[in-house]
Amino acid sequence: MSYVEVTPSDVAPAEALSPRARRRRLLRRRIARRPFAMAGFFVALAFALAALLAPWIAPYSASTQDYNAILAHPSSEHWFGTDELGRDILSRIIWGARASIVAGVLATMLAMAIALPIGLVAGYYRGWIDSVISRVTDVLLAFPFLILAVGLAVILGPSLTNATIALGLGAAPGLIRVTRGETLALREEDYVKAAVANGAGDPTILFRHIVPNMTSTLLVQITVTIPAAIIGEAVLSFLGLGVQPPTPSWGVMLADAQSYLSLAPRLAVYPGLAIFFCALAYNLLGDGLRDVLDPRTTR
Amino acid sequence: MSDTLLEVRDLSVRFVTDDGATQAVDRLSFSLAPAEVLGIVGESGCGKSVTMMSLLRLLPETAVVTGEAMFGDSDLLSAPPAALRRIRGRQISFVFQEPMTSLNPAFTVGRQVAEVLQKHLGLSRGGARRRAIELLDLVRIPAPERRLDEYPHQLSGGMRQRVMIAIALACDPQILIADEPTTALDVTIQAGILDLMRDIRDRLGTAIVLITHNLGVVADIADRVVVMYAGRKAEEAPVHELFAHPQHPYTIGLLGAIPRRGADRLQEIPGLVPALAAPLPHCAFAPRCPRADELSRTQVPELREIRPAHLVACFHPGR
Repeated sequence: MSYVEVTPSDVAPAEALSPRARRRRLLRRRIARRPFAMAGFFVALAFALAALLAPWIAPYSASTQDYNAILAHPSSEHWFGTDELGRDILSRIIWGARASIVAGVLATMLAMAIALPIGLVAGYYRGWIDSVISRVTDVLLAFPFLILAVGLAVILGPSLTNATIALGLGAAPGLIRVTRGETLALREEDYVKAAVANGAGDPTILFRHIVPNMTSTLLVQITVTIPAAIIGEAVLSFLGLGVQPPTPSWGVMLADAQSYLSLAPRLAVYPGLAIFFCALAYNLLGDGLRDVLDPRTTR
Repeated sequence: MSDTLLEVRDLSVRFVTDDGATQAVDRLSFSLAPAEVLGIVGESGCGKSVTMMSLLRLLPETAVVTGEAMFGDSDLLSAPPAALRRIRGRQISFVFQEPMTSLNPAFTVGRQVAEVLQKHLGLSRGGARRRAIELLDLVRIPAPERRLDEYPHQLSGGMRQRVMIAIALACDPQILIADEPTTALDVTIQAGILDLMRDIRDRLGTAIVLITHNLGVVADIADRVVVMYAGRKAEEAPVHELFAHPQHPYTIGLLGAIPRRGADRLQEIPGLVPALAAPLPHCAFAPRCPRADELSRTQVPELREIRPAHLVACFHPGR
């Protein structure tokens, strides 16, 4: 036999990393080469940290009223100004990030927890169970995501928890369809057939061969669902179906700002910008991840 | 051990779909002895792969399989699914044609070899890893300790096929079914893989069923050959007998299609293997056969033993 073998001594010592570490480093480099994805990552991280560290970094509490500064313009004391009750807008945006991030992340996790098993079952076993699941998701997908979430939130009653549940249920049908599609494609892969020929049962096939190979698709779906859920939380709170005043939330702030729109438009502009940048950051991150994890560019 | 390991009798496979039925295999019988290398030869679409996949019930649900496949005391075609899963990969294992895509890209090859060991033999993680190193060494992968931690995309096609063979051999199976194991590989690597398979038979006593369309490969490694045409057995003989005294015009046609030094050009067999909706009432090869006559076109030739251990299904056998 005569093929050339590359031994570790032939290549630079830096390559003496484990293959896993080498692959991680490669992925990091690919991300670093995409400035928009990097920006998205850091902004998303900043919002997450703001939510987590709100008690320490917010200059005031969310409900502290400064009666000397009602509807005040931005100043060194109140960087973004104050609202009609003299509350510091910057602080409320920082505290409000909590509701947004919690709703965004937990709703997405809930949607994933519902969609992954259902999509796997539909795509793997096919037959009548797939027909039932697919028709039901088709019906649910006929409703726009927000309409569905609003409907569910009305049924469940107004609170952040219920809004999160409503958003999670609302996002699930789309994710079911994606996991089902991926499962359908992956179950036909040669390595799945080879695993069956080697005596693998259904659990092995599903959790060793199918799920690990759709993680990149799911990761991207997650980063797309999070901003949708963040906007969804703002909408529900705006409509009074989510976070209840006086707890701060960007949607509640927007709703309150309506009455003062001509007098102090900044009351609406700042939370609006927060929603915009937060959603944009997760979207850019998701786009970047999709490019980076695309198997056609990694192999 | 008895002198037959696997006895297949009257195996028929039909695919029934909404677009109609296809008869892929028609009353095929053959046997396999321990440590024997059996070559199954034929053009694309003649039912070779379907035959072997049907034995482990790897075909989709649209396939209707009848007949009997005795492996030891159990009939593979009617064994309960749980029993079948214990046979698959442990006593009878499969190597597929596509080494490039037959390994799971998400895990290192070491884990994939070890997984079979842990599952079928109940080895510990460490034990499975040590055995995996031995197996990669057995299939002649250099520096197996390092290769173990690599992902499939880091290996060449030949290396991946070796890993597939290592997985297939992991539980010391009695039968290794190799479906065109060398077709996707280049010629020098092919020779290495065939060499390896012969070595495995000699050292481990594993019986091998080699599915191929390449008579050169068969000449190289097989003990006995079954030539299939349109789902039926056209001819069966020990390998030397087949090459020295081919009887069926189809076999002779296949032999004519092997590149040879000095020959002007390759001979081809005109036409294609027919896709059959139902078993033909006549010799399936008749439309392409230079010897076909009224008899071939109206009756099915039965297999007969024309020379010792040499079976042929033809009304006009001989050179």
